[in-house]
This record gives sequence, C-alpha cells and structure tokens, in this order.
Amino acid sequence: MGPLVPDIIGNELNFIVALFCGVGFGFVLEQAGFSTSKKLVGLFYGYDFTVLRVFFTAGVTAMIGVVVLAHFGLLDMNLVFVNPTFLWSAIVGGIIMGIGFVIGGFCPGTGICAAAIGKIDGMFFMFGTFIGVLIFAEGYPLFEGVYKTANLGNIRLYETLGISQSLFAFLLILMAVGAFWFTSLIENKVNGVKNSDLKLKRIYVLLTGVAIIVGLSAFIMPDRKEAMLKELNNNNFVASYNTEYMTSDELAFRIMDNDANIQIIDLRSQKEFDSLSLPKSSRLTLTSLFEKDANKLLSVKNKINIFIANDELTAKKGYILSKELGYGNLFVLQGGFNQFKKDIIEFAKPDKAPTRDEIDTYRFRAKAATVIPQLIQENKLKNAGGEKKQAKRVIGGC
Amino acid sequence: MNSTKYMNPYLAGFFLGLVLLATIYFTGRGLGASGAVKSAVVASVQTVAPSHTNNAKFYKEYSEEHPGNPLNNWLVFEVVGVIIGAFLSGLISNRLNFTLEHSPKISSKTRIAGAIFGGLFFGLGAQFGRGCTSGAALSGMAVMSTGGIVTMFAIFGSAYGFAYFFRKLWL
Repeated sequence: MGPLVPDIIGNELNFIVALFCGVGFGFVLEQAGFSTSKKLVGLFYGYDFTVLRVFFTAGVTAMIGVVVLAHFGLLDMNLVFVNPTFLWSAIVGGIIMGIGFVIGGFCPGTGICAAAIGKIDGMFFMFGTFIGVLIFAEGYPLFEGVYKTANLGNIRLYETLGISQSLFAFLLILMAVGAFWFTSLIENKVNGVKNSDLKLKRIYVLLTGVAIIVGLSAFIMPDRKEAMLKELNNNNFVASYNTEYMTSDELAFRIMDNDANIQIIDLRSQKEFDSLSLPKSSRLTLTSLFEKDANKLLSVKNKINIFIANDELTAKKGYILSKELGYGNLFVLQGGFNQFKKDIIEFAKPDKAPTRDEIDTYRFRAKAATVIPQLIQENKLKNAGGEKKQAKRVIGGC
Repeated sequence: MNSTKYMNPYLAGFFLGLVLLATIYFTGRGLGASGAVKSAVVASVQTVAPSHTNNAKFYKEYSEEHPGNPLNNWLVFEVVGVIIGAFLSGLISNRLNFTLEHSPKISSKTRIAGAIFGGLFFGLGAQFGRGCTSGAALSGMAVMSTGGIVTMFAIFGSAYGFAYFFRKLWL
C-alpha cells in the first residue's frame, strides 16, 4: 500500500527517487514548451493557452489517479501530504506570485527549466526568486502574522465546500474541459484563426475514454470503505458470517507459552488498552483497519491474528473487515475480552463440584490467573519506555 | 537545424500528471520547486552569516522543521533532477542555446530587470503561499488541498488582473 516511503523506499533511496521524479518533471515541462516565457505569458494575453492545457490536464490526471488509488486501497491518503491551508497567506501569496508571473514570465519550476537549457532570462529569474525568498526570511517577523493566521489545517476543498469527493472531482473535470474549449475560442480569435477544425485524433479519444472508464468505476461504485462499514450494521450479515473462533483458554495458553506466532488485534478504546492490555497486542479501530499501519501488521506472514474487543460482536466485525480486505489467519476471541477476564484473569473456582473434564480446565485457569496478570504487568513496563509507532503523514510542500 | 516542435499540450499534461501521481504514490508528497530555492537561501545565509541564522526566527523555525544540512532535502534532489530532465529534453529537441528571449520592443536590460523583479515577487509570494505553481497549485490540486487550489486561483487571477499593466513587456 502506498505511499512506499518510508517502509519500502528508505530515506536515502527517497533522494534518488526525488532525482528521478525531478527528471520526469523537468523533461515534460521542457517538452511542453514551458521553458520559454513567451509561451507562458501567452496565457495572460490570450494568444497561447498551452500552460492552461498542460496544467489542468496534469492536475486532473493526477487527481483522478489519486482518487482511484485511494478507492482501491492502494494509497493511504492519511499519509499523503496535503498542503495545509492558511487562508489569508494563501491568497496574499498567490496575488504576489501572479504579479511575479506577468513581470518575470516564469514561475520557479519553469524558470529552472529555462535556465537548464541556457535561457539567460531564466537564470536571472531564478536569481530573483532567491532574493525574494531572502526578503521573506529577513522580514519574517513582519510577515509572520499574515503567514500564520487562519490555519484551517490539512483540509481538502470538497470538505470545505461540504460536497462529496466524487462530485467535486467531477465538477473540476467539467471545469477543465470547459476551460479547454473556451480558451481555444479565445486563442483563435486573438490569433485571427478562422474556422479551425478541431481534429480529434483517435489516440486522444481512446486515452480519454480509458480515463473516463477507470475514473467512473471509482466514482460510481460506492466508496469501498463506506460500503463495508455499512454492511457491518446488518445484523444478519454479521451473524451468518463464517467465522473462526479461539477460546479464552487457548489464547491464555498461547500467551503463557510465549507463542511467537500470535498477534492480538485489540479493538477496545485507547483508555482501556492503556490500563490493561495483553502481551503482543496492538490497538486498532474498525476504521484504522483500512490504513497502512494495519496493512503492515496484518500482512506479516505466518502470524495468527486474534481479534479481541470487550464483546464478541465488535471483535467479529473487525474479523469480517479484515477478511474482506483480504487478510488471512484470523480468529475472534470467543465471548470477547469480558469473557477472557472472567475465565482467566479473574478466575474463581465455582462452588459446585467440577466434572472430570472441568478439573483440568480449572487447574489450568488457576495457574493462568496468576501468570497472565504478571505477563501483562511485565509487558506494560516494557512498553512504557518505548515510543508508540505510528505512521506519520509525510512532511512535504515547498 | 531547427528545434523540434513542442509536445501536444494535452499529452504533455497527461504525462506530467502521471509523473506527479507516481511521485505521490512513491513518496507521499507532490512535486515542488520553490522549496529548493528556500533551502539554497538558508544554506547560503548559514555559510555567510552563521550567527545570524542562530538568532533570526525564520532560520530557527526552518532548522526545527528540517534538521540537518538544508541542502540535504528532498526538493533539492528533485530540482537537480528537473535541471537534468529539462537539459535532456532541450538536448534531444535541439533547444540548447544561450539566449536572452524578449519581445523585440523592449531592450535586453528591461527583460533582465523584469526577470529579476518577477522572480523576486514569485519567491516572496511562494513563501506566503507555502509553495509555488508546482508545490502549491499543481500538487495541491492533485490532492484537492483547499489551500493549494485557493493559491492557484489567486496566482492566475492576479496575473490576469495585472497583465494589462505590464503588456508593454510582452506584446
């Protein structure tokens, strides 16, 4: 599951990846003609809308890709950098950059490309950006107020507008296509081209078709996560789901046996987990099962994953989600953690005389009742020093 | 030999989108440009006036967020890649040339002054916008960041608004 940094791609290798991403970026920008200021400012005077076409096509392509990857569980959006929104700073910065664009004829990315192929104006432009950043750095106490005000966090525009992600993406695509059409009209008018026939090359039609089909498949199908969580509210579905159980006794035995193959997935609240948690357990929630941390945990080979929660039903829901997400070797703690507590941790021999079978069980439980609390205590001390491992959002941005 | 024609803009956009998507999938972050300039500024000031970087707030906050050498930064490597990529593209399309491109109606000096001041505004604005056209607008659009898209509209809106006043530089 993406992003591949930092697990599959380490931090050192990430720099090499950066280099390659940059090569691709620079190559395409130059091929598109972004290394000439004449083409870039054409956008603002109506004679050349190349920038708008490239820019919007790229934005829409990447956006659809991100939505599709996230939809099919290939990209954990909680770990992807979403530029934070500081509203006033974003607007003020954009206005200043716009002025820079019409005066300088480049933006930093295109300026670098221009400089790379020997454009002297590009080099001077980059020198200018250096001075601009320096001014900001030196005048920072003055700018800090605007820079840090109105922090809305890593919010995404469809959340701001209160519409669904699919609707927003659809609107943005419509807007882009509308802009393509409209700007072609302006361009022809400004350049005095009459009756230009819009030739639709087969390859573009094909590409667009594929993009639309892939995009729609993600947009029309209900979000997998939502759909699966909704399904869990259906009691019949949950009750009739084919489930493998593990008894309190077996779990207790495996814990005491220090079985290296077990992983306990604890679905109780953080508070309950902090006050009492079994050795080899990790806390997850039903929603966090969709994320990368859970992916790492549950895809370890040859591990037996036991879901526990206060009640058996919640544990079973975790079991079902994980099964549906394609993970294997799953069990549900029978009777839930409450049963485990009653059977093992707080075990008390019943008054009535046990049957022959029960004698063994009770003997085991009596032993477990002394050993398991000790193991829990040891585990707590061991974990107290360690930091909590949790995947963090990549810090990116300019 | 004449330079080759530029790529079809939609095709170029499609490829650019794929590069951006791959970047997000691999690294969890988007593309950028101005951030590397920021690293270069911090590194330069550290070399020229080390005591100043220990006192001034901007540099202190920067080193808190980015410990270690400021040039040992993802965006610096990425921008080195951009230079290589653009150079290769210029090479195969026959566009490598030391030229100063400007409208015939203005002098070279005017163009240079325009480029420097334009860059200055862009560099300054990119700090407020927390990214430039690449880092904030394009990458922001890909992940639908509110701030990124607001910045995008502000950049293009402002450029259209001010275009009239600077038309003599271009037309």
